[in-house]
Amino acid sequence: MAEGISDLTGSTFDETIGAASEPVLVDFWAEWCGPCKMIAPILEEIAAEQPGIRIAKVNVDEHSDIARRFEVMSIPTLILFKDGEPAKRLVGAKPKGALLEEIGEFL
Amino acid sequence: MSSTREVIIIGSGPAGLTAAIYTARANLEPLVIEGEPSSTSDQPGGQLMLTTDVENFPGFPDGVMGPELMSNFRAQAARFGAEFITAKVTRVDFSARPFGIWVGDDEYRADSVIVSTGAQSLMLGLQDEERLVGHGVSTCATCDGFFFRDQEIMVVGGGDSALEEATFLTRFASKVTIVHRRDELRASKIMQDRAVANPKIEFAWNSQVVALHGEQRLEAVTLEDTTTGQQHRVDVSGLFIAIGHRPNTDLFVGQLDLKDNGYLITDPDSSRTTVDGVFACGDVQDDVYRQAITAAGSGCMAALDAERWLEAQSH
Repeated sequence: MAEGISDLTGSTFDETIGAASEPVLVDFWAEWCGPCKMIAPILEEIAAEQPGIRIAKVNVDEHSDIARRFEVMSIPTLILFKDGEPAKRLVGAKPKGALLEEIGEFL
Repeated sequence: MSSTREVIIIGSGPAGLTAAIYTARANLEPLVIEGEPSSTSDQPGGQLMLTTDVENFPGFPDGVMGPELMSNFRAQAARFGAEFITAKVTRVDFSARPFGIWVGDDEYRADSVIVSTGAQSLMLGLQDEERLVGHGVSTCATCDGFFFRDQEIMVVGGGDSALEEATFLTRFASKVTIVHRRDELRASKIMQDRAVANPKIEFAWNSQVVALHGEQRLEAVTLEDTTTGQQHRVDVSGLFIAIGHRPNTDLFVGQLDLKDNGYLITDPDSSRTTVDGVFACGDVQDDVYRQAITAAGSGCMAALDAERWLEAQSH
């Protein structure tokens, strides 16, 4: 299902974010986080429906260094990177409509 | 507008999903309007979505993860044909039958309604609180505890959920201070014993948080002694709030009768509300027990009450 959503690691993060010509929305998540599970299917839908944006995810359990680097203190946190730089940060699970509205200017 | 349903269930915690299992098995083809994703406890799956190990739900001798338990509830309801809409009800009209339920402009009609909208966590109501949620202030220990490894943090509250969160947070934090405005706890004996025996847990008795400090993230709080009124500042990077819940009944004001504390009124030993054909179950009508298992039990009651009521209407 999630072929459109790539898993980022410490070694692929900078390259993926830096090389992307389109904005990249990164989902910081973990297996034990209920609200993260709730938004996962929404992100899959957005990945399939919105060609103008890339979606990737970071498992904070496995890659806590990336989470620390971007001062993630609560999950789910979504950070939208534009031209390699964080441009927007969303903390907490949200319904699809609200999420699309928040990132609308980047689509 | 879609055709009239026999039963619509609003909410999808243990109560709503148990009602869905029972009404689906009774061939009532329930529609569950399950709520929308959120990081508060008002969300699909209900409050258990924000917990980790559930140790007191019968049938799981080794405990079960809250989100896993709720995903099983949902799968079981779906297996018998319950339908789901992942959205939040915005308005109801219980003044005429079939009853009206709206999600934005989408209208749904049903002969009977089961209300199981649950309850959500209370916040402290302090200035800066909303701004600092996700930046050190949290209502979800399981979501955020991980990020406070080797730090000193606080939990506010004196009930079971406060002690459970504090105990869970000692997996990560170097010290957890439980801030409670009285000098004794409401929590159950087993949770108290567990917290008191934990070397990482300390108590700040007769204390309340009256101010939060920090620009980008929480740096300190002001504690006030509830007996003397004296205030002092304490450096802390994480503040977890577990001071109780309020029922999600805003939707039903003016439609169903509420108790003074906001909970829905149901008949004794029944799930009947003050409107014939509308039933309520789970935490939205329970200000006494508030457990997953009692919510599930009352969800079963609501399903059977609705089934029998619908049967009586058709005669």
